[in-house]
Amino acid sequence: MDQVTNPDAPLISVRNCRQAYHKDASTDLIVLEDVNLTLQSGEIVGLLGRSGSGKSTLLRIVSGLLKPTSGEVKWRGVPLTGPAAGVAMVFQSFALFPWLTVQENVEIGLEAQGVKKAEREERTESAIDLIGLGGYDTAYPKELSGGMRQRVGLARALVVHPDLLLMDEPFSALDVLTAETLRTDLIDLWTDKKLPVKSIMMVTHNIEEAVLMCDRILVFSSNPGRVAQELKVPFAHPRNRFDPAFRQMVDDIYGIMTRRKAPTAQPVTPATGFATKLHPISTNIMAGLLETLEGPPYDGHADLPALAAALQYEADELLPLGEALSMLGFALLEEGDLHITDSGRKFVNAETEERKEIFAKILLAHVPLAAEIRKVLDERWNHRASAVRFRDELEDHMSPEYAEETLRTVISWGRYAELYEYDEEAQQFSLEEDEEEED
Amino acid sequence: MPSFAAPALASGRRMPNRWDGVAMLLVMGLLIGLVDVGRSTLFTPLASGQAATIHLNPAYLPGYALRTTARMFAALFASLFFTFTFATLAAKSRRAGLILIPILDILQSVPILGFLSFTVVFFLNLFPGRVFGAELACIFAIFTSQAWNMAFSFYQSLTTLPADLVEASKAFRLSAWQKFWRLDVPFAMPGLVWNTMLSMSGGWFFVVASEAITVGNTTFALPGIGSYVALALEQKNLLAIFYAILAMLIVILLYDQLLFRPLVAWSGKFRFETTASTATPDPWMLKLIRQTMLFQTIFDTAGGAIGKIFRLRLGAGASVQVDENRQPSRLIDAIWYAIIAVAACYALFHIISFISGTLEWSDLGEALLMGCYTMIRVTVLMTIAALVWVPIGVWIGLRPKATRVAQPIAQFLAAFPANLLFPPFVVAIVYFHVSPNIWLSPLMLIGTQWYILFNVIAGAAAFPGDMREAVANFRIRGFLRWRRVMIPGILPYFVTGAITASGGAWNASIVAEVASWGKTRLHAQGLGAYIAQATMAGDTPKIVLGVAVMSAFVITTNRILWRPLYAYASRRTTLG
Repeated sequence: MDQVTNPDAPLISVRNCRQAYHKDASTDLIVLEDVNLTLQSGEIVGLLGRSGSGKSTLLRIVSGLLKPTSGEVKWRGVPLTGPAAGVAMVFQSFALFPWLTVQENVEIGLEAQGVKKAEREERTESAIDLIGLGGYDTAYPKELSGGMRQRVGLARALVVHPDLLLMDEPFSALDVLTAETLRTDLIDLWTDKKLPVKSIMMVTHNIEEAVLMCDRILVFSSNPGRVAQELKVPFAHPRNRFDPAFRQMVDDIYGIMTRRKAPTAQPVTPATGFATKLHPISTNIMAGLLETLEGPPYDGHADLPALAAALQYEADELLPLGEALSMLGFALLEEGDLHITDSGRKFVNAETEERKEIFAKILLAHVPLAAEIRKVLDERWNHRASAVRFRDELEDHMSPEYAEETLRTVISWGRYAELYEYDEEAQQFSLEEDEEEED
Repeated sequence: MPSFAAPALASGRRMPNRWDGVAMLLVMGLLIGLVDVGRSTLFTPLASGQAATIHLNPAYLPGYALRTTARMFAALFASLFFTFTFATLAAKSRRAGLILIPILDILQSVPILGFLSFTVVFFLNLFPGRVFGAELACIFAIFTSQAWNMAFSFYQSLTTLPADLVEASKAFRLSAWQKFWRLDVPFAMPGLVWNTMLSMSGGWFFVVASEAITVGNTTFALPGIGSYVALALEQKNLLAIFYAILAMLIVILLYDQLLFRPLVAWSGKFRFETTASTATPDPWMLKLIRQTMLFQTIFDTAGGAIGKIFRLRLGAGASVQVDENRQPSRLIDAIWYAIIAVAACYALFHIISFISGTLEWSDLGEALLMGCYTMIRVTVLMTIAALVWVPIGVWIGLRPKATRVAQPIAQFLAAFPANLLFPPFVVAIVYFHVSPNIWLSPLMLIGTQWYILFNVIAGAAAFPGDMREAVANFRIRGFLRWRRVMIPGILPYFVTGAITASGGAWNASIVAEVASWGKTRLHAQGLGAYIAQATMAGDTPKIVLGVAVMSAFVITTNRILWRPLYAYASRRTTLG
């Protein structure tokens, strides 16, 4: 990969990038569609989107780990054919080697480059000190807290002096306080020009984090993943979260992210709806959110950023919840606001058994998959049906992971509504029998 | 307490498929090929001056023990080399893995003891008239008892590498060689060390059986504990047998304390977990190594040198970019399948021509009947062992103090070569004139029952504290407690132990169903005795038949009983 590169060319340029997951039986599942991106020296770029919007896939394409189905990726003007020497990566799960000490973990990138021992130790030492890990050299990752582990991940990436630092949701596995400290430390080092990197690209699903750290944000929409909008963040570092302009920008991005989803939030017709991916959201959480929404101070209407802050949820967690509620017709999601509907109100005010009945009706009306399962069970003489056929049918329309998740969700919702029973061992749906034998 | 990794064969839920059939053909064809080579060449006896005389004087025992141990370790290194190459190839190449893994699966259920005389001739012919050939033959026999489960364990680790670490290795551009030593081997280490320990125990059994071998009219003996015992049996010297048992106890105690305890504790560092687990005290040897200046210097120097080798940038430039859209080449697949099919057909042809001249269908019937006898024996013994050891194991496991005392003893007993304990049984059977059909049977399980015990202890010890409190709180007692709580709780552990125990019992039947004391020979009806007698008579087709039938029995039990049971147990008795 050590080809002659052009120093004046952008660090990364991605043209018409498309990533599809090939299915034998049916059409391809498209993860990324027509993505264009140019990254210059001296900027922090954020890829913001929901899970499943393909932003992590794009990061892997840029890192050289993944080859796109089509499109062109250039690193400093030269087509990328594998991980480039000038790119280093920080992982969401930290990806530290548990059997290596902090120092050995940080050294590993230098070892791969064949750097001599003396220089290796010197550079490792300074990276460890820079990132605030001094004194932890001989510790093993499992002795460290999450925050300290991610510092090791950062030091490991910085020690190779990469031109481009890639970060895949680097703070999402950390608690709120630790994440905040790490963000501030990193931004301080960046503004003081102490980081040995030219540019940073980070993936995040946290809107505030993106506005806090990035100079430019690409907002992704899902199914297929595309760049919905590109925003410049005009604020100087250090940024103040409570600045009204900052809040307004966060609100706007919430709006963008919910507006883009509005068309699919309409009640789906059975013909197309069978293949809708269901988010595995527990009925307890749905009920809890509806109760919160109906009660004071919201009285049926809530601004999503405010609701997220109050419930200590992130946008990524709250959005699918709101979408599930609006798909089931319990609430309406529009322009970053959530409104309760009549059936939502009825559900909140009902007793346990009544709630189940309401939920059952809703499922049959709004979730074609649940209705289909119930219909098949009613038609069969023995009232039994294998889950395999439903999974196969789902897999014609979505990836096996999503099909599995959707099936799990419909099992759990159907159980709550007492529409049908499910036997995990036999992978079989069945109707509840009246005179059931106790064993 | 070390962690109890499942024996490598336990996992996987594969039902028999056509690859198993192909693998079976290839393995049998290979074994017959070995037999052919052994038969077609002339046997060269050892030069008279080189054949060692074995002395029953206990003063010779330390020397014998040392030689036996040296053979064990030579075989162990060969097994490690095999593990690193075979398993890596199987894991990295989809095409190779398709056939290599079923072969490994068959190999580990083939009782190699039956083929001992042929491998011996093969190796002796490599080095005509020299002791070295006999040594190699012995080491090879031990190797065949050690290598398969180690390779399986390594293969399974390689196929379950954490995705983020694989990605990190690629993103930081580690070469293939660097990745092997920095990621593959460390990640596999706990399972590999544990399986090496199991292999070591299995190996003792073989070393004792393979040091003294009769080929044709010549018996030759390599100086070692196995030959010592063989001679003692021949001369009806009970005292010498006692000495041998004592020597073996000391040897196993030494390598257990000096090598495996520290190794298992050390390998805990490689366990893939993100939280620090409660520290168990280091074994004394590891403490000594970690805290003594001399050892530290030695290990640091060695570590530095080894580290240099691990850091070599070999195998760089390999394409690491994942291309999800690349379809494997159908043409190369087709060629590969064709090669395997041709090899399988050739093996089939070879097997048929080998067997057809001499064997009748009735021979197959007889072998199957014998197999059923041995099957009944194994089943009855396993049931008895379970009824005895499960309650005892649970009782011990629920009491931490008792566990600390009993667990090392059970593991120690599992490592002891059970065939050294056979003579006292044989003497008793001869003395009391009881039926060998019944009383030889316990020998099959004498060495392997301990796996049941220590796995059950481990399972009971790992029983969650809050669940025990819940059981006490709801006053769940007696039969209900066993049925609803204890048995489901320890089931995965019990199955793990039972798989090892029953597999070992089948293999042991070859030596356990036939026993001798001086001129008296005892033999029970069974497949083990069938193979052993065919070996003595030099009836190769019957050996091949017996071995094939035994492999089939073992594989079938594993597939239709143990694996589904294990899968069921681990699915149903864990949360989440």
